[in-house]
Parts: sequence; C-alpha cells; structure tokens
Amino acid sequence: MARITLQNLRHSYLPNPSGPDDYALKEIDHVWEDGGAYALLGPSGCGKSTLLNIISGLLVPSEGKILFDDRDMTALPPDKRNIAQVFQFPVIYDTMSVYDNLAFPLRNRGRDEKIVRERVTAIAEMLEVTSMLDTRAANLSPDNKQKISMGRGLVRNDVNVVMFDEPLTVIDPHLKWKLRSKLKELHQRVNATMIYVTHDQTEALTFADQVVVMDLGVIVQIGTPVELFERPAHTFVGHFIGSPGMNILPCEVRDGGAFFRGQPVTLEGPITKIGTRAEIGVRPEFVSLADSGIEAVVRKASDIGRHNVVEVMVGDTRIAAVTEGDRPAKGDTVHLQFRPDQTRLYADGWLATEARG
Amino acid sequence: MKTVNQKAWFFVLPVLVLVAFNALIPIMTVVNYSVQETFGDNLFFWQGLDWFQQILQSDRFHAALGRQFLFTGLILAIEIPLGIIIALSMPRKGFWVPVCLVTMALPMLIPWNVVGSMWNIFTLPDIGLLGYFLNHTLGIPYDMTQNPVAAWITVIVMDVWHWTSLVVLLCYAGLVSIPDAYYQAAKIDGASNWSVFRYIQLPKMKTVLTIAVLLRFMDSFNIYTEPFTLTGGGPGNSTTLLSIDLVKIALGQFDLGPAAAMSLIYFAITLLVSWVFYTLMTKNDNT
Repeated sequence: MARITLQNLRHSYLPNPSGPDDYALKEIDHVWEDGGAYALLGPSGCGKSTLLNIISGLLVPSEGKILFDDRDMTALPPDKRNIAQVFQFPVIYDTMSVYDNLAFPLRNRGRDEKIVRERVTAIAEMLEVTSMLDTRAANLSPDNKQKISMGRGLVRNDVNVVMFDEPLTVIDPHLKWKLRSKLKELHQRVNATMIYVTHDQTEALTFADQVVVMDLGVIVQIGTPVELFERPAHTFVGHFIGSPGMNILPCEVRDGGAFFRGQPVTLEGPITKIGTRAEIGVRPEFVSLADSGIEAVVRKASDIGRHNVVEVMVGDTRIAAVTEGDRPAKGDTVHLQFRPDQTRLYADGWLATEARG
Repeated sequence: MKTVNQKAWFFVLPVLVLVAFNALIPIMTVVNYSVQETFGDNLFFWQGLDWFQQILQSDRFHAALGRQFLFTGLILAIEIPLGIIIALSMPRKGFWVPVCLVTMALPMLIPWNVVGSMWNIFTLPDIGLLGYFLNHTLGIPYDMTQNPVAAWITVIVMDVWHWTSLVVLLCYAGLVSIPDAYYQAAKIDGASNWSVFRYIQLPKMKTVLTIAVLLRFMDSFNIYTEPFTLTGGGPGNSTTLLSIDLVKIALGQFDLGPAAAMSLIYFAITLLVSWVFYTLMTKNDNT
C-alpha cells in the first residue's frame, strides 16, 4: 500500500529527443492516493500505456522520478516494486492448472504453502472460479483467462498498486459488463490502489472514482466522472467524453461577452482568459429547440430510444442537440437555445469562464 | 431414401492416381520382391516370409539397427538442446536478426553429398585443415579412416553442423511468436529465468519442437549420403548405418529379396517410432 507520486516525468522513445513532439509523455506531475480507484482515459497513442509501464517499471523514464510513499522507485525493476499488472490480452501459464497460475506470484516469492492455499482460495472465491481450480488454464474461455490474469494481480495482499491495461479488449460485450462490476467490487474488498487504463469512456466512468484524461502526452484533466462531464477543463475532454461529445463552436469575444455568428451567447460566468482562439462549449444535452434563438437547419434527426439526437447546421458549423418529444424533419428551420449555466468559453482549448457562485 | 451420388469419385481420382504412382506402386514392387527370390531374367520363385525371418534373425541387421539408433539418439540429444539454446540466445529484433538467420540457414543449403566430401577433406590427417591441425599441431592422433571412434565423432559432428540450424529456425519461429506481455507479466510475477523458460518459452515451443524432433528423427534415421561419402560405412563396419547396409545388400550383393524385406522392416520401424512419438506429444493437448 502506498501513495504513488510522479515528479516531472517525461519520456521519449528516441535516444536524442529534440523537440516536445519527440516525447510520448511531456511533463507529468501527479499523485495517486493510496487506495484510490483511478482510470486513465485517452485515445490510442496518447501515452497512457507508456505511463503505466513507467509506473510498473517495465520502462525507465527519460526524465523525472517515481516515488512510492517517499521511496524513489525510478530505477527499480518490476519485481522489486511490488506491483501487479493485468494486460490487454490474458496472460496465463498454459501448462499449469488454474490453482498453480494463481499461486505462481506467491510461490516465486517463497511464501509458505499454507498461506498460498489461503490466498488462492480467497481470490478464487472472489472471482467465482473456485470450480475451475483444478482445470488446465489453457482450456479456459477468454473471459475466464482474463479473470485468472486479474487474480494473479490480486493474489498478493501487499501490492502497492494493481494496474489494468485495457483488460476487457478481448472480452465479449455481454461479459464486459459483468467483469467491470466485478472489478469495482474487488476494489472495494481488497482496498488496493488501482489504475485502469482504457480508451473507452464507459469503462473509465463506471470503474473509477477519479478519472485522469490524457491527450498527446499530457494530463488534460483529473476529476470525478461528473466533473468531467459537467465542466470539462479542455475542449478535448468535452469532445472525448459524452456521446455525442460537446459542441465546440468557434466564436468571437468582445466587450466581455461571446458572440457566435454575430449573436450574443450568455455564458455561465465572467471570462477569465483571452487567447488567440476562442470557442464556446456546450453539451448537446443542454441545447434545446425553441421558438426563438439561433436559427439553424436540421441536417439529420435520429431517434436513439429515450431521446432524439438532432444534428443541425448553423452556416457551416454543425451542432448536436439531445431533445425529447417530437423529432423535427430534415431541412426544417429551428431555433436553438443554450442553457446559460452549462455554456462555457474556451480560450486556446482551455476553460476560460468561471461559474457564477 | 438417400440418393447415392457417385460423382465424388471423379474428384478424388487425381489424388488416387498420384498416390498410386508415387507411393503405392513403388511400395508394392518392394513387397513383391520381399516375398520372392530372383536371379534376374525376370524369373521369380515364391519364398513366403523367409526373407523377413532371415533379416530379423541376422546379427548383421541387429548391429546396423543398433548403430542406427545410437546415431539418431546421439544427434537428437545434441541437436535439440543445442538448437534451443542457440534460438534462445538469438536477438529478437534489430540489425542482427537477418544476419543470424541467413548464417543459420547456410549449412542446410549445401547438398548432402557435398557436405560429406567437405568433411572428408576437412578431416584428412595429412591435408585436411582440421585433420592436420589435430595431428600435427596439437599432436592428437586422429584418423577417421582408421579409428572407429574418430569416425563416429566426425559423422556426429558433421550432422550436428548440417542440421542443428533446422531446430534453431523452428524454435526461433516459436519464440518470436510469444507476445511481450508474457515476459512482462512473468517479470511482475517475480518469475526466475528458469521459470520463464519452463512455463512460457518451452510450452510455446512445444508444437515446433515436436515437428523438429520428428523431422530430425526421420531424416537421421534414413540418412545415407553424408556418412556414405564421408566414411563409406567404415572403418570396417563401424559406421555402417541401416541405409548403408541396405544399399550394400541390394546393389553390392544384389540380394534383392532380403533387401526388399529389410526396407519394409526399416520403413515399419521409422513409421512406428514417429507415430508413437507424435501421439505421445499431442495426447495432452485436449485434456
């Protein structure tokens, strides 16, 4: 059990990085609190797996330090760090039984066979694989194999952190849900720090208490699922989280207000920053069709069950709106209203309004 | 009522013809010889199973069979572990991969009789590089034309030189197919190098190793050209392996009947050992 601190972490896969573009990780400073359930969310290639491998010790960072509590772990190999990692594809030892697979990390550390039995039985119970303990691991289905991989990560009760690298990639959709809730439950029972890497927002938001969003090698925002949804700190987060993502509308800032295509738009609060590029961000859930407002033409309207997703065009800007009730027809002219307390300004991509107290 | 459609025969016919000409007919010719006596002129006399009985009871056959098993056993005992060790120490990526692969493949590209002649000249005591070096520089008496032990060592070393690469390449193919995550997981699980080999690399190499052992068994059990060009089966009969003995009986003595019976026994042994080995190796796959 430990608090994990990342200090000024930078990593490049090139021997002599020259510019910021050569870095897979640019300047990461972050503290993972002991016992937290974290998700590391970002698109493919954003550096999340690199970060994970640095924490586990499979990679040594080009610059910066990793501390477990106050001990510097930067140069230590994975087996000295007392961590566990579950990989994208299930890793199991084919020739061993399920029991031996689960016992493997303990036996390698010379634990007493009595303790091994206790831990393996307990973990098998939690993962609901008790009935499979004597079967050969090679004959299991992919989801059970992945359960065993997870089990090997959780079987040691002194791990500092358990890391999951997109562990549900090969699992059938209907089993994904089950394993995901299993993981959540396991976190509450074993109380270890867990970091869950994924590019799937549903997985991240259901698993984690704190979601760390990464893009292009930097941490863009850290927050609870609700915070990420309601107040994205960056247009990337707004766009990446939510389906459809946040509407990002180029705008003009003058006289302390924002103007979209010449029409004033009420923001959540005063503007704090002015950059070279200004955009209004509003989630489709907070765009409504009304009798007056910004005039737009319906491009597409689809019924997705409980509500409609309406895509409209204002000039050449596309805006999505989530509405209830009747669906407008394609080509209709409608008027848009943005809910003021959910309408924000972004300067150069970063949040630039303050919420009114 | 089920309609019986005979059309399918047309589709298997080409295969039947092919198999008939490349396997059935030649083997049946041998079977034909093995139960008859001939003195040429197409005159045949029925002999029953006499030749089989004679071969199975002859000391000469027992000795050749013993030498054959010794040879195959020795080269397998050397080539398989050596091949695994070399494959494990080859680089997985980078500039040296193609260099290693091509170097490894070179011995296998040399025709068998050339390999035999090469090693013959190489080991001649007076003019061969190795033979001269051993005898005149190091002072170790070594003459494979006179000394049976030297002859055996030379035949074994030659086969190891010629064919270990096959084991290496097959094992290497098995090794590179192991995803990195396995090694990473093993590191995190605290596995020793031996455990990594025992529980990850060896199981993943099992299929290719089975094939490597099978190929090396069949090839070495039927080996003829290389030892024949190297030692001619000598000195005395010390390196006369089964195939060399068979050719002596068939073409040297022109005893076609016994030779045919011996080929069939020879074939049966090769087939039996391969089948038993393969069955044992694949038996546990589905349990």
